[in-house]
Amino acid sequence: MKLSRIIANTGEWLTGDGPQRHIVVSSRVRLARNLRNQPFPGWAKKGERIEVMKKILPAVEGLPEMAESFSEGMESLSPLERQVLVERHLISREHAAKGAGSAVVMNPEQTLSVMINEEDHLRIQAILNGLQLEKVYEIISNADAELEEPLDFAFDETLGYLTACPSNVGTGMRASAMLHLPGLVISEQITKIINSVNKIGLVVRGLHGEGTEAMGNLFQISNQTTLGESETQIITRLNKVILQVIEHEQNARMSLVESRPTMLSDQIGRAFGILGHACSMTSKEALNLLSAIKLGADLELFPEKCRHAVDELLIETQPAHLQKGASAPNMDAEERDTLRASLIRSKLSAIPAPDHSRLPKPPTTQIPD
Amino acid sequence: MKCDACSNAEASVFLTKVIDGKMQKVNLCPACAKAKGVADPASFQWGDVLSGIGSSHDLERTQKNLKCEVCGFTQTELKKTARLGCSNCYKVFSDALSGMIKSMHKGTSHIGKCPCHFRAEREKKELLSNLEEELKTAVESENYEQAAKIRDSIRILSSKENPKENQPTPASSFPLPLS
Ligand SMILES: [Zn+2]
Ligand SMILES: [Zn+2]
Repeated sequence: MKLSRIIANTGEWLTGDGPQRHIVVSSRVRLARNLRNQPFPGWAKKGERIEVMKKILPAVEGLPEMAESFSEGMESLSPLERQVLVERHLISREHAAKGAGSAVVMNPEQTLSVMINEEDHLRIQAILNGLQLEKVYEIISNADAELEEPLDFAFDETLGYLTACPSNVGTGMRASAMLHLPGLVISEQITKIINSVNKIGLVVRGLHGEGTEAMGNLFQISNQTTLGESETQIITRLNKVILQVIEHEQNARMSLVESRPTMLSDQIGRAFGILGHACSMTSKEALNLLSAIKLGADLELFPEKCRHAVDELLIETQPAHLQKGASAPNMDAEERDTLRASLIRSKLSAIPAPDHSRLPKPPTTQIPD
Repeated sequence: MKCDACSNAEASVFLTKVIDGKMQKVNLCPACAKAKGVADPASFQWGDVLSGIGSSHDLERTQKNLKCEVCGFTQTELKKTARLGCSNCYKVFSDALSGMIKSMHKGTSHIGKCPCHFRAEREKKELLSNLEEELKTAVESENYEQAAKIRDSIRILSSKENPKENQPTPASSFPLPLS
């Protein structure tokens, strides 16, 4: 399958209809696996990497989920195509920099992807929308079980799955969820929450890995350690913490609605005004303003159908996606900013102005689910 | 606050990890944070962050001229990259690694999922050690008829190759994609 066809579809996980969709954008799990006694990609010579890839590729392409997969060597992808995959979180930045001897395989739904010869021989990733880490783990665990039959995975009785970096040994698993937390950011509780999550051995990072100052109020929470806890224990612990963060976010939103409705109305209204009329916009500004619209949709200031438009814009306004859509490979930042603003203006023209009358009478129960 | 890695730029990325009451703190400038891959949680490595920061005592005091016989990776490389060369390196550098692994993780041994063939091997090992125990008891109680039977079972069981090797080779057993 062609990459252009894959990209034309917004991935299944990009449409925000999963469980806890008001707060959780997506759930992701990745497993690191390696072949026994074969040099890890970072140490292997090019010829050895190609050999390993030849062993792994047929196994991965033979997975039932990969029946109609997209499979390509990294050297055959243009820098722009690689960047698009990075923006969709389908490959890592590190993998995007790889050449011959590395490959990517993904299913058309973009829910399962395998990076071959990233830092480890295999990085298997599954991603779904909303909060459903258990289901994501099930998908990835099945793929792992299918792959261990034809491939001899490096495994040690004490250390578990052996990985290029000792920080991944054991389960080789990194599970994460992407959360939209405008309430905690506006009410200035986010630092406190991040610190307390960090203290229990989990990590919080921004959309693209920044520290505490995240763009678009998007944060990723993941496990940091992989040895000494089973996969299920890690996921249960992570899930529990995420549910607590969700509760804090819901409380923060509710108290903002009760105590500062005008401020909220103002932020959402201004965001709508700027997005609807600006002629040049950076991706950072777009992310932050779209976050306000997303919050407005959660609070029912906008009709339900605008939610999809916002989710799509969050993806499509990223630099490589914009450029790909315009099929102009040599745009500069200024041209992109202009194109971004016009894309947003046209998409937003279909959305009515925020219904501020919704706010002074906040729902007395929870934020609708 | 200055960056822990380059001691040059102002730190703006603060990482803290507390595991079993042990706290590790690393402050990085944006450039070093980027260089150390403090980005995507899917690829983030606490080991990367720690490499080159502070002292790796274990690496200092263990033998310096170790080399993996499978892939040729050396202790010097390990110190430089905080990575391994191949799965066999974990045996070769186990002394140097044990402290590093202990500081990075919640525990020191894996309790999660195992590959299928490994489970079968482990069961075989357990079965063999049980039989050997029985054999010892039988010999001690001078029950030689029983002992002979057990010895036969042990011989049969241990002559079986381990289940993974017993299967046809992966290349032939795996259905190649037709397209
Ligand atoms: Zn620095
Ligand atoms: Zn080695």
